[in-house]
Amino acid sequence: MRAILHCDMNSFYASVEQAEHPELRGKPVIVGGDEASRHGIVLTASYPAKYRGVKTAMTLGQARRVCPEAIIVPPHYDLYQRYARLARTIYYEYSDLVEPFGLDEAWIDVTDSVGLFGGDVPLLAREISERLRSELGLGASVGVSWNKVFAKFGSDHDKPDGYLVVTPENYRQVVWPAPVGDLLYVGPATTHKLLQMGISTIGDLANAETWHVRGRLGVVGEMLVAFARGLDASPVKPLDLALMDADREVKSVGNGVTMPFDARDPQTARQVIWILGESVAQRLRALGLEASCVDVSARSADFTSCATRQTRLARPSNITREICATAFRLLEENWPLDAAHPLRALHVRASALTRQASSAQLDLFGEQERRMALGRLDRTIDDLRRRFGNDCVRRGSELTDPRLATLDPQRDHTIHPVGYLHGAAGSSTAGVAGTLDRPRGPG
Amino acid sequence: MRDVVAREKRYVTVISVSDADGIVTPQEIVWDDGRRFVVDRVLDCRQAASLRAGGCGLRYTVRVGGEARYLYYEDPRWFVEAMVVPMPGA
Repeated sequence: MRAILHCDMNSFYASVEQAEHPELRGKPVIVGGDEASRHGIVLTASYPAKYRGVKTAMTLGQARRVCPEAIIVPPHYDLYQRYARLARTIYYEYSDLVEPFGLDEAWIDVTDSVGLFGGDVPLLAREISERLRSELGLGASVGVSWNKVFAKFGSDHDKPDGYLVVTPENYRQVVWPAPVGDLLYVGPATTHKLLQMGISTIGDLANAETWHVRGRLGVVGEMLVAFARGLDASPVKPLDLALMDADREVKSVGNGVTMPFDARDPQTARQVIWILGESVAQRLRALGLEASCVDVSARSADFTSCATRQTRLARPSNITREICATAFRLLEENWPLDAAHPLRALHVRASALTRQASSAQLDLFGEQERRMALGRLDRTIDDLRRRFGNDCVRRGSELTDPRLATLDPQRDHTIHPVGYLHGAAGSSTAGVAGTLDRPRGPG
Repeated sequence: MRDVVAREKRYVTVISVSDADGIVTPQEIVWDDGRRFVVDRVLDCRQAASLRAGGCGLRYTVRVGGEARYLYYEDPRWFVEAMVVPMPGA
């Protein structure tokens, strides 16, 4: 049987702020976005604020009404990343199998290493929790179980600073009476559907017939029944340090932006697509990957329509020109780019990723040689940008429109939550997100 | 002896030696008014949070002028938990 811990640092952003500023301890602290640029929501609230009714994703205005004495601080992502990295350093002392789930949570598989630390898994869980407290000044809940889903349940269920052991002997008493929404991957929509079927607790779900749930929820239903029965066998996937930090297997690389102006003509749309596509291609090259699939999303200025179209490339590529040209062709074919159909947001994404081939098949007509030349050009530009900054080489088209100078999607870098279902329903995206995506405010 | 009312996080200049194994040993703490405090001995070194001043880092317990003090290495800066005393006459 496996021994898996799930560590969840309580109210992570708020706790880090309190660790850095002792005068904030024990007070209702809210970490919230910038109200001026329309990001004014609660990212995280400390426990005293939560007890007064402040919830994640509330607007700051609402939060002030329920808790007028709250201290609102802006987020400091570099600080949170530093603390998350220090926490991972602690986890790595106990096992190399550490799977981060966002910044503040991680699974640790100690099955094979617990013997080195005395063999007592619950004691080890307490030790990790105590070290986070003494070395970083952060509180954490730890769940212990033989599978990832119940370990996560354990850390969710005894907050703050809790710890819960779920064993094959006690899970019927501990996990099954809990509402079904407490199970990983059962969100409000699924909870609603399950309630309609008469399933209100995790135990109900475990005892339901698989075909019955599957009929209503599809494959996911089958998976959830297995989760509820403790049959989750998914491994703890260690972070690949060669890829991005806080990201694991990269499924797609995307970049989107909500423009400060609307695109009303093909020329503007083309320039924006190229800026986005170029950073996507650049990131693919940095990751050593090639994409076979490109997709483009567009949202109209009046919010009435939002469409995504995708296409396959003739061969896997990370060449800027191929990705951008394909993306723009896709947009052009599917969207009337005129003043009557202004666009507000655009997104370019490359998926179906494969490792960059180390050799290529030449052809009779010199096509591959032209591609290799383009690849060399891209690599040269990448190197110049690495050494002298992103602005040292720019496209001529960017200079013709001063509005585009304000568009720099690469700098608006946010951290994406990591998908749990590898490859299936969820996918982790090595994303550079503009205002389209928002970082998740942890617990 | 004035009363210490609080502690604040203060970044300081530290003269240190890093040996061939990468182990860093602080030698001298330089205060912002130019006074220098020689580190007599490093008593302990561990990762720890500063509960009094906030922040965390590699915490050196050092003996300075016969007393044990905490000195934090918050890669790449050093800080101490400086005493905040009431202004004279306040």
